[in-house]
Amino acid sequence: MRQRAITAMNAMAVFAALLILWQIVLWVFHVPPYMLPAPWAVAKAIGARFPSLLASLLITAEESAGGLAASIAVGVLIALFFAQSRWVRKMFYPYTLLLQTVPIIAVAPLILMWVGAGQPAVTLIAFIISLAPIIANTTQGLISVDENLVHLFLMHNASRRQLLFNLRLPHAVPSLFVGIRIASGIAVIGAITGELYAGSSRVGEGGLGYSILYASSQLQTDYLFALVFAATVLGFTFFFTVMFLEWYFLHRWHESARVMETE
Amino acid sequence: MTASPNLARDPSQNVLQIEMSGVSKTYGGGPAVLQSLDLTVCREEFVSIIGASGCGKSTILKLISGLTAPTSGSIRVEGMTPKNARETISYVFQEATLLPWRTVSDNIGLSLELEGVAGDRRRKKVTSLLDLVGLGHVAKAYPRELSGGMKMRVSIARALATNPRLLLLDEPFAALDEMSRDHLNEEILRLREEQKWTAVFVTHSVAEAAFLSDRIVVLAPNPGRVHAVFPVNLPSPRVSALRTSPEFDSLVSRVSHSLRETLAA
Repeated sequence: MRQRAITAMNAMAVFAALLILWQIVLWVFHVPPYMLPAPWAVAKAIGARFPSLLASLLITAEESAGGLAASIAVGVLIALFFAQSRWVRKMFYPYTLLLQTVPIIAVAPLILMWVGAGQPAVTLIAFIISLAPIIANTTQGLISVDENLVHLFLMHNASRRQLLFNLRLPHAVPSLFVGIRIASGIAVIGAITGELYAGSSRVGEGGLGYSILYASSQLQTDYLFALVFAATVLGFTFFFTVMFLEWYFLHRWHESARVMETE
Repeated sequence: MTASPNLARDPSQNVLQIEMSGVSKTYGGGPAVLQSLDLTVCREEFVSIIGASGCGKSTILKLISGLTAPTSGSIRVEGMTPKNARETISYVFQEATLLPWRTVSDNIGLSLELEGVAGDRRRKKVTSLLDLVGLGHVAKAYPRELSGGMKMRVSIARALATNPRLLLLDEPFAALDEMSRDHLNEEILRLREEQKWTAVFVTHSVAEAAFLSDRIVVLAPNPGRVHAVFPVNLPSPRVSALRTSPEFDSLVSRVSHSLRETLAA
């Protein structure tokens, strides 16, 4: 507990040092506020426009969470399909690389054209961008089971269903969490990228991406920084929520959770 | 290797449990791992197979359990094909092969669960096995909380859960320190005395083979074939003092000499 308090205090000290450095840069180089606002100006913008900042944050959080949840559900189903045979993997696995390699910025306008602007399109973009790590990691977890464990199950005439649900799936849970951890960060990036294209998803308000675009066009740099800060908070929240769930489900039996505890 | 004259401890029990006749095994297009192997094992006999790495010891166990099929030759277990005889067989692997997400109790109950044994019966059996291997105090622990020796005891308890008539042990104590190994050797003999199963035991340790077995089969490599067979006529019950007796030393040195011959050839 004491160790954790020290770690938190160290992190806060680094944050305070960064703020001081930021202010020194402003004083030394005389940077105009529309290029780089002062830390206190950003804090003031957060306070003054907190309701609209929170509304944008919640919209983006909803879209990112929706996209991530869909990518977990669909990704696990696809991974289960891939785990059935080497032949299936050879046939279909290369296509999942498309998800990773296709630039989402290029595809986003197409999605908006097909689905229409608004939250469903942004959620779909977050889903597409976060799907590949879930498929790749879960498939790896499902197929990398110790051969002797498979033999053990076969010795007791286990059915395919028993092999899948009693052996392969629980074995893949730590890998699935690695995939979710990676996907959680990029789901937020996907949602914000989608919002840059999707515009206002509700009348008069939009997510962080839409608000960033709007603040930028109005040269409201202090609010722009406040929005970037909110996006960072959202990314951290997703990441640490997944870390907590990973610890909760794995800490009793998996080595990765033990590493987290000792760090 | 033939069935006579030293098949079992008690000749009156010379009922064949395993018959391997002219068995050869080749993986893919590679060289033969085993060639024209004849091996018989009688009911309640404890046979150890010893030989250099890569001489096909583990392949013999996989063939007997039906996890792999012979390239040629025939294998019968209790008169059945290995796959049909699986209900009578249990396998203990070199690693403990426990499911890390299951507690000790749930790991021991796994084989019963896979075979559809009802919850109540399963729990009773698991409790009795926990007592048998002295792990009642860690029933709710996870494998990562156990020592290597304890993990192996869980693995043995899981193998015994289905009341096997034939136990295949593939170097189960290879990764353990000498003290744990000696202790588990004595445990194995005690369990066998109580439960009367047949055992085919693969090991690299001559002393372990001598301590446990009724018969030691020395395999020669490239391809795997029987080089020599040593009946073990040491007194029973076997206790740790036996390891320092002159008869034990003499047997160990004869088997070791035979092993060296296979390497020289």
